[in-house]
Amino acid sequence: MSHSHLTISAKKQGEYQSDDGASAPKQPRLKFGKSAEDTDKKGANRRLKDVEICVPIVYGTIAFYLGRKASESQSHKWTVYVRGATNEDLGAVIKRVVFQLHPSFNNPTRVVESPPFELSECGWGEFEIAISLFFHSDVCDKQVDLYHHLKLYPEDESGPQSTKKPVVMESYNEIVFPDPSENFLARVQNHPAVIVPRLPAGFNLPDPMPIENLHEKEKGDTKDHPHSQWFMNFSEADELLKLAAARQQVQAHIIKLRRQLSMMDGLPQLSKPPTGYEFT
Amino acid sequence: MDAKDILGLPKNSLPIPQEKKSRPPKDSQRKPDGISREVYALTGGLAPLMPAIDSSQLKKQPPKDEKITWQWLPFTNSARKDTLQLYHWVRVVNGVPPTGDYSFAKYNKSVDIVKYTDEEYEKYLNDPGWTKEETDQLFDLCQRFDLRFIVIADRFSSSRTVEELKDRYYSVCRAIVVARAPALGDISGNPLVKEPYNVSQEIERKRALSMVLSQTKHQERKDAEVLAEAKRITESRMAAKVAEESELPVPSNAGPESAERASFPGDTVSPSSNVQLPSATIASSALTADNASTLASLRMLRVYLRTYALDQMVQAASSSAGLRTIKRVEQTLQELGVNLKPRVPTKSVCAEHLELRKEILTLLNLQKQLQYKEAEGSSFRDCSYADTPSTPKRSNRGGDQDRTFVPDMSFGGERVGKRDQKRKAPGRLSEAPSSPAQSKRPRKLKASDL
Repeated sequence: MSHSHLTISAKKQGEYQSDDGASAPKQPRLKFGKSAEDTDKKGANRRLKDVEICVPIVYGTIAFYLGRKASESQSHKWTVYVRGATNEDLGAVIKRVVFQLHPSFNNPTRVVESPPFELSECGWGEFEIAISLFFHSDVCDKQVDLYHHLKLYPEDESGPQSTKKPVVMESYNEIVFPDPSENFLARVQNHPAVIVPRLPAGFNLPDPMPIENLHEKEKGDTKDHPHSQWFMNFSEADELLKLAAARQQVQAHIIKLRRQLSMMDGLPQLSKPPTGYEFT
Repeated sequence: MDAKDILGLPKNSLPIPQEKKSRPPKDSQRKPDGISREVYALTGGLAPLMPAIDSSQLKKQPPKDEKITWQWLPFTNSARKDTLQLYHWVRVVNGVPPTGDYSFAKYNKSVDIVKYTDEEYEKYLNDPGWTKEETDQLFDLCQRFDLRFIVIADRFSSSRTVEELKDRYYSVCRAIVVARAPALGDISGNPLVKEPYNVSQEIERKRALSMVLSQTKHQERKDAEVLAEAKRITESRMAAKVAEESELPVPSNAGPESAERASFPGDTVSPSSNVQLPSATIASSALTADNASTLASLRMLRVYLRTYALDQMVQAASSSAGLRTIKRVEQTLQELGVNLKPRVPTKSVCAEHLELRKEILTLLNLQKQLQYKEAEGSSFRDCSYADTPSTPKRSNRGGDQDRTFVPDMSFGGERVGKRDQKRKAPGRLSEAPSSPAQSKRPRKLKASDL
């Protein structure tokens, strides 16, 4: 996270941002609360408030034109997938993924039970794919639904399609678990696919109980995936820089306006308003 | 037309019958009966669904066999206690004056006040704080003034508060009702018995009410902030709400205050300089309340997507803004080169994005305030606003000049100088390059300005 130089932004983030791992000024206050819905017989399933587990994912499609092998009904071979944003294995968090395809496909409900969570098909048409993520029992019993429009044809329609260069559409998102169970936290505390905030010193988690169906046997990460060369890069640095620059502009503008307003009133310049913009 | 082509239908199948059909309905509309045409047109030319007045009634005449005269006759009023006889005009039919009581006598209603006997007083109604004379006087006044306690309190000989009088009256009534009832079960439904008058509660309630009424703007602001804080606390703890609310001095503030909050940012038509600061802080306290409740509701979910969380927070932040303002925020974002929805929505990116949006909202509010101020104080300078010269330099922008009154600000110092020089040449506004407040020109923010 590269916002050490963005001093302006840091102070205002108090409300929205609870503690983030790298730059947390204070430790999170951990609260234990028994949630009434816990029916886990394994016990030790206390939930931890103020600890936010975040799983960054990328989901999307990649489509190859079949060229000579293309027929009227099958002109493209495409794959829809959900991967870790850094290509790490999501199997520790996600139990299975259900891809809901266009009804014209045979068995349009495709279930993928192990990572890498992807599905390949051949077809000619673009449509919206519904992707449902189901988590392990100690993670969350609610599913998360994502929607992605399958793109087969490139933006630039000039010339024939290339069989070598696929059409890739990916979206970045983060799955947030605001009050994870202790077991989940213990399991993924040091997992590369999961962002866990720094816990206070001396905070001991019990040894995690193993999960059924945990996909430990197969290699679930996508680092060496055959399509990995086409994966898009999602770096927050660019966006953060842009946002910081924009905020600077707006803040400067605000200060000028405030000065104008106070001059118009004939009053001496108002002291800094309570909203507290730190502008040196 | 294409549909007809597809179906293979002939195109002009029914021209003539259509024209004939359109005429007869119109004719009947032109001839309302009973009312003249002009009067009918006053109603908008269309007949109402339910006829307000039956038009035949308007030309009705009284039956011819009745002979009507009007006579000046005496009458008595049963509502009066004396035998005063007054006179009035009476409609006499065929020489027979109308019978019956004075028509307004039925409106003489009064409250049924309990009447106790002396024995009842001795038995049930003795009270150390009240003498019998006072109680009798109280009841007499109640009878006279129909339980209007404000008036009764005024007329009461010794200075008793309204609450004391009410307390005495209601407790006496209650005691009488209880004493006279054959069994307790009969009267358990009586409101006097079910909910007795509570003096201390009443005093407290009235005090609180007058406090709310007499709050200054300063106090309202403080209360809003306290409430926002309290809301946050209750939500994050989910503790017993009753304990929390009883700590606040005026629990019923929420209603009138949220209305005040909404009207504040908009109420700049006749502003004093004091309004600026309160409106900013009230807006911010409203915002923090929204933010806090959104955060709390997000935490209640077991799982959510970062983009969903951002959407909720953005909605909460712009809850006080209208659709147009939201569009302007999005416009500004685009001009600054920022994606409306972040491409990489990480936690920090979303936080920055949210803060940026809030700051843009503040900016737009300030701009509006500035507009109002200028519209106010510059009626003699109207001409200079109507047609400002367009900047030749801005030709690369491509769009029209924005009609919204954006103050002419740029983010680089040199630009201001250059523009002023440019303007002097055409000689339109031959004022010296004065404070930016006077040099009005619509201008959009551009990322390239940086």
